[in-house]
Amino acid sequence: MKLSTKFLRDYLDIPKDITYEKIASDMTRIGNEYDSASKLINATDLVIGEVIDCKMHPDSDHLHVTIVDIGTEKLQIVCGAPNVSKGIKVIVAKPGAVLPEITIKKTVIRGVESNGMLCALFELGLDKKYLHESDINGICILGDDAKVGCDPIKYLGLDDEVIDFELTSNRGDLLSILGMSYEIGALYNKNVKPMETSYQEMGDDINSSFQVKVKTPDCPLFLAKKVNNVEIKESPDFIKERLIASGIRPINNVVDISNFVMLETGQPLHFYDADTLNNELIVRNSKKDEKLVTLDKNERTLSSDDIVIATGNKAIGLAGVMGGLETEITEQTKNIIIESAIFDSIKIRMTSKRILRSEASNRFEKGLDPKRSYLAIERCCNLLEKYANATIQTGLVVYDKTKKDDKIIDITFDKINKVLGLIVPREEVINIFKKLQFQVEEKKDALRVTVPSRRIDISIKEDLIEEVGRFYGLENIIGTLPTVPLKPGKFNKTYREIKHKMASLGLNECLSYTLIKESEFPYFQVNVKEKIKVLSPMTEEHSTLRYSLLPSLLNIYDYNKARGINDIHIFEMGNGFYQENGEYKEEMRLAALIAGEYKNQFTTFKFNFYDIKGILEDLLDYLGYHDRYQLEVGTMPKEMHPYQSANIILNGREIGLIGKLNPSFKKDDIYVLEISIKALLENKCKGIQVAEISKYPSILKDVAFVVSKDIPANLLVKEIKRSGGKLLKEIEIFDNYEGEKIDSDKKSLAFKLTFNDFKKTLTDDEVMTIFNKIITDVENKFKCQVRDK
Amino acid sequence: MEKDIQRKDIIEKLDSDLTVIKTKNDLASLKALYLGKTGVITNLSSKMKELDPSDRKEYGKFLNELKMEVLEKLETASKEIESRELEEKLNKEKIDITLPGRKHLKGSIHPMTRIIEELEDLFVSMGYDVISGPEVETDMNCFTKLNLPVGHPARDSQDTFYIDNDYLLRSHTSPAQVRTMEANTLKEPLRIVCPGKVYRRDDDATHSHQFMQFEGLVVGENISLADLKGTLELFAKKLLGEKTNVRFRPSYFPFTEPSCEVDVTCFKCGGKGCSLCKQTGWIEVLGAGVVHPNVLRMSGYDPEKYTGFAFGPGIDRFAMFKYGITDIRQIYTNDIRFLEQFDRKDVE
Repeated sequence: MKLSTKFLRDYLDIPKDITYEKIASDMTRIGNEYDSASKLINATDLVIGEVIDCKMHPDSDHLHVTIVDIGTEKLQIVCGAPNVSKGIKVIVAKPGAVLPEITIKKTVIRGVESNGMLCALFELGLDKKYLHESDINGICILGDDAKVGCDPIKYLGLDDEVIDFELTSNRGDLLSILGMSYEIGALYNKNVKPMETSYQEMGDDINSSFQVKVKTPDCPLFLAKKVNNVEIKESPDFIKERLIASGIRPINNVVDISNFVMLETGQPLHFYDADTLNNELIVRNSKKDEKLVTLDKNERTLSSDDIVIATGNKAIGLAGVMGGLETEITEQTKNIIIESAIFDSIKIRMTSKRILRSEASNRFEKGLDPKRSYLAIERCCNLLEKYANATIQTGLVVYDKTKKDDKIIDITFDKINKVLGLIVPREEVINIFKKLQFQVEEKKDALRVTVPSRRIDISIKEDLIEEVGRFYGLENIIGTLPTVPLKPGKFNKTYREIKHKMASLGLNECLSYTLIKESEFPYFQVNVKEKIKVLSPMTEEHSTLRYSLLPSLLNIYDYNKARGINDIHIFEMGNGFYQENGEYKEEMRLAALIAGEYKNQFTTFKFNFYDIKGILEDLLDYLGYHDRYQLEVGTMPKEMHPYQSANIILNGREIGLIGKLNPSFKKDDIYVLEISIKALLENKCKGIQVAEISKYPSILKDVAFVVSKDIPANLLVKEIKRSGGKLLKEIEIFDNYEGEKIDSDKKSLAFKLTFNDFKKTLTDDEVMTIFNKIITDVENKFKCQVRDK
Repeated sequence: MEKDIQRKDIIEKLDSDLTVIKTKNDLASLKALYLGKTGVITNLSSKMKELDPSDRKEYGKFLNELKMEVLEKLETASKEIESRELEEKLNKEKIDITLPGRKHLKGSIHPMTRIIEELEDLFVSMGYDVISGPEVETDMNCFTKLNLPVGHPARDSQDTFYIDNDYLLRSHTSPAQVRTMEANTLKEPLRIVCPGKVYRRDDDATHSHQFMQFEGLVVGENISLADLKGTLELFAKKLLGEKTNVRFRPSYFPFTEPSCEVDVTCFKCGGKGCSLCKQTGWIEVLGAGVVHPNVLRMSGYDPEKYTGFAFGPGIDRFAMFKYGITDIRQIYTNDIRFLEQFDRKDVE
C-alpha cells in the first residue's frame, strides 16, 4: 500500500514537523512495516523558466539553442525536444541539479554552450505509465499561470511523499486512506476529518427500473446506484496527483473517481455503462468453462468456483477481480451503474490467484467493512456530481445480508498485564483504546470495549491485548523466564550418538536436499518402493522424496570429484520416504560413502570393502549389537557389485546393505553402506553388564589352514568354535594370505585361539588335546591342511 | 705399615685398571684378576696360614676391609658402565619428533547439526523435551489447526509443496505444537522444542527450498510475552554471544496473538549500524508470540486456564553468522573442504 502523505493530510491534521520518515518509523514500531519511504519526485535545483528565444542549432538538424529566463538569470540551454518553442514555460534543471538518472553540468554540445536542461516529466522520475504520449516524447510544457523562478514540482502538485507499506494480511483496513488516518491518528492523537459525501438526488427511484438478483451465498452485500449524464473528461489535478502518488494511472474523471474512492475508503467499486445492461445485475457462481473478456481485452476461462456479475444470460464481470470489456466506461458513456459490493474473501482469493491480482481483489481478499460500502457510494456521487457534472438518480438498490453491529469485548486489566507480562497503568490502557476511537466503558477491574466495524481484525480479547501492547510499546517488556515446575528434559541421544560415532570413525557429516530427481528414486532398491512426488515441483531436479540417501551422497561425490577432491568419506542421516498401502511413511536412515585413499603417516591405503565393513562393525558394536548381525549375500540391487556386496542382517531381518558400487553404474571404486536406523533400533540391547574375568592364565595357540579360496572364513570360525568347546574363549583371524607360497586356488587363514578355564589353570596337555581335535575337525570338514605342518 | 703399603699398591693398581675398562666383560675379567681363584686378594689370604696365630685376626680384618673396598670400586664401575651403555642405547633410538603423528581418519559434524545440538542442550537443561514430527504432514496439522483455515491469506506467505489434497511437506515446524498438545491426553502444561527440516516453494537467491527451523512451545498457567522475551534472550545470547539484545516489534501471525517479529542486535556491527542491518543495528530473525486461543482450543487446551508462547526461527542464518558462512548454499552443497573445517570442538 503506497501512502501519499498529501492524501493522508486531506483527512488528518498532522503537525508539519512530523516528517514522512517519522511517520514511517513510528508505524513500524506499532507493527506496520514499510518497504520504502521517499519523496515522489527526487530531484534538486529545478526552477520554472520561460523560453524567451529559440533558434536551430547551427550544427544539427534537431537540436535547438534556447535562452531561458529563470527569474534570477537568463540561461543558454541546448534542447533536443521537438516541442520546444519560444514563449513556453518549462521545467529547468540548473547546472548542479541531481535528477534520478543524471546530474546536470555545464557542457558544450556540438560547439554550443549549454547551461542546464529543459526537462520531460519522466526525467524527474515519474513512471511513464502515468504520462500522456506527448509527455514522453517531449519536454513538459507548463501552463501560462506558472510563475518564472518558482518551484515546478510544487506547481505540478507533485510535491508529495510516498511511504510504501508492507502490511500484514490481517490489516485490510489499512488499505485505505481512512484506515491509515485512524491508525496514524492514534499515534499522534489526532481525529480523522469527516469526508464530504453530500449530493442532490433527482428523478424516479432507481428501484422501480433496476434490479439486483444475488444467486450465490458468496455475495453478502451488493449495492447499486445510478448516475446519469456524466461528462467524461480529464480529472481535476488533485485526483490525478493522488492517484499517481498511490501508484494508479489516471484515465478519465469517471474511472479515476472510482479508483480515488477505493483508495479513500478501501471499498473497491465498479462502474458499468448503464445502457449496456438489461436494467438488471445478477450475481451468481460462474459455470465451468464459461468465457468472459475482461477489461484488459483478455478472454478468461472460468471455473465453477468463480463469482460473476451477469446481465441476462451473459457474464459481464469477474466479481472482485476485474470488470468485463463489454460494459466498460467509454468516452461515449452517459449513464452509469455504480456497484459497491462485498464478496467472499476466500473465493476472490482463489479466483485472483488463478486469474489476476488487482488492487480490488487484494482488498476483497482481506475483508471489508459493510459500512464503508455505503460510504463509498455516497462519496462517489459527491465527486461525480462535482467533477463529471453528473445527475444522481434517487434511491439505492440494496441487497444486504451483513451484520453491522459493533463488536463488544469485555476484558480485565489483570488479563492484559498477565499476557503481556507488564504492568500497564489503567489510565494508559483506557487512553490507548480512546486514541484508536474505540468506545470504552470502565468497570471495576474490567473494561467493555466497543470495536468499530472497520477493525475487522479484532474479535477477541487477545486482539485487544495486542492493541495495548503495540501502542504501549513492546520494548517496555522486560524478559523473564516462565515459572514452571522443574522436570528433566528429554531428547533422542541415540540419534546424536550415531552421528558422533560416524564422525569419530572418520566420516564427514553431510546435509543435502530431501527432494531428488525422480529417476534417482529407485536406486539401491531391489523391490522398488512406491515413491512420493510433490504436486508442483520447482524443478525436476527436486521433485521426488528420496528413500535411499545414497543418491544424494553420490551427487556430493560427483560435486567434489569435479573439484579435484578424490578422497571422500562422508555420511548422512535423515528420513527416507515412501508409500505403502496408500499411507505415507518416513523412517530414519543412515548412509555412508567412502572412495579414494587415506594416508596413515607415510603409508597410503586405498579404501576397500573391509574399510566400509569396519565402519559398519564399529558402529553396530558401539550401539550394542556385537555378534548379533552378519552379512549375507542375497539378491543385490543392480547398482551394487555382485561379488563385493551384501545385505546386513540383524536378528534374521535385513536392515541395510553394504559393498562396492557396480562399475557399470559408477566406474570409480566407491564403497557404500546404508541402514534403516528405524529397523535397527527396533532391536533392543541389553545394558552394559561386566563379565567375570578369569583368575587363571590363558593359553594361546596359533594355527593356519590352507583352504580353497571359495570357503568363507566365517565357516572355519564356526567349525573351530564348535570343535573347541567351552574352554576355547576367543578366535581371532590374524592373517589372510594368498600368493606364491601356496597354490593359486588356495588361501591361508591364520587363527589365534585363546583357551581358558575359569576353575583352574589349564595344562599344556589339556590344551593340546583340544587343539589337535580342532585341527583334525577342520582338516576333515574343509578337506584342507594346516600350513607348514 | 707393610699392610698399608700393600693396600695402597693394590688400590692404586685397581684404580688404574679401572680407567681402561669399557665393557661388562672387561669388568668381569678384572674382577677375576682381584677376587678370582688366583686373584690378588685370594693370594693374600692364602698367606694367612703363614702368620702368627695372634696376628691372624687383625690380618683377617685387613683382608676383609680390602676386599670390601675392591668390591665397592668394582660395583661403582659396573654402574657407570651400565649407565653409559643405556645412554648409548637411548642415543641410538633418537627420532625426529617433528615428523607428523600417526592419525586416525578425521570426520566432522555438520554445522547445522552443531547448532541444533547446542540449542537442544540449552532447552533440555531447562526441562524442555525435544520432539521430532514427520516431514510429510497433514494440511490439518500444518495449517488448519494452527488457525490458518483453507483460503486464509497468510497461507500465501508459505508457498507449500503439496503431495495431495490433504498431505504436504511441512512448511514450518509448528505442526509439532499441534501434535504435542493433542498427544497430551491429560492436557497438562508442557514445554517442547522441535528442530527439523522444512520446505517452501521459494526460489529466490537468498532462500533455499529446504531449510531448518527450531520450533519452541510452552503452555502453562500465566505464561506471558515477557517469558517469551526472556527465553529468546537466552536463545540469542547462546548462539550470538552474551552482548546480544532482543527487540520485539508487533506483527501478525495467525497462530499467535499478540504476535511479534523478533530482532536481535546486528551480529555484524554489534548494533552500530552497517549494510547488513541497513543501518538499523537490528536484524530480524524470527516470528513469535502468545499462542492464539483458537490454537489451544483446537488441540484440546482450555484457553481460559492456560496461555502459552511459541517461536519458530529458521536457524540456517544463525549457523551462517556463528561460523562466518557467507553463502547459504554452502550449507547444502557439502563441499568436502567446507565440511572438513568442522572437525574440532568449538569454543563454549
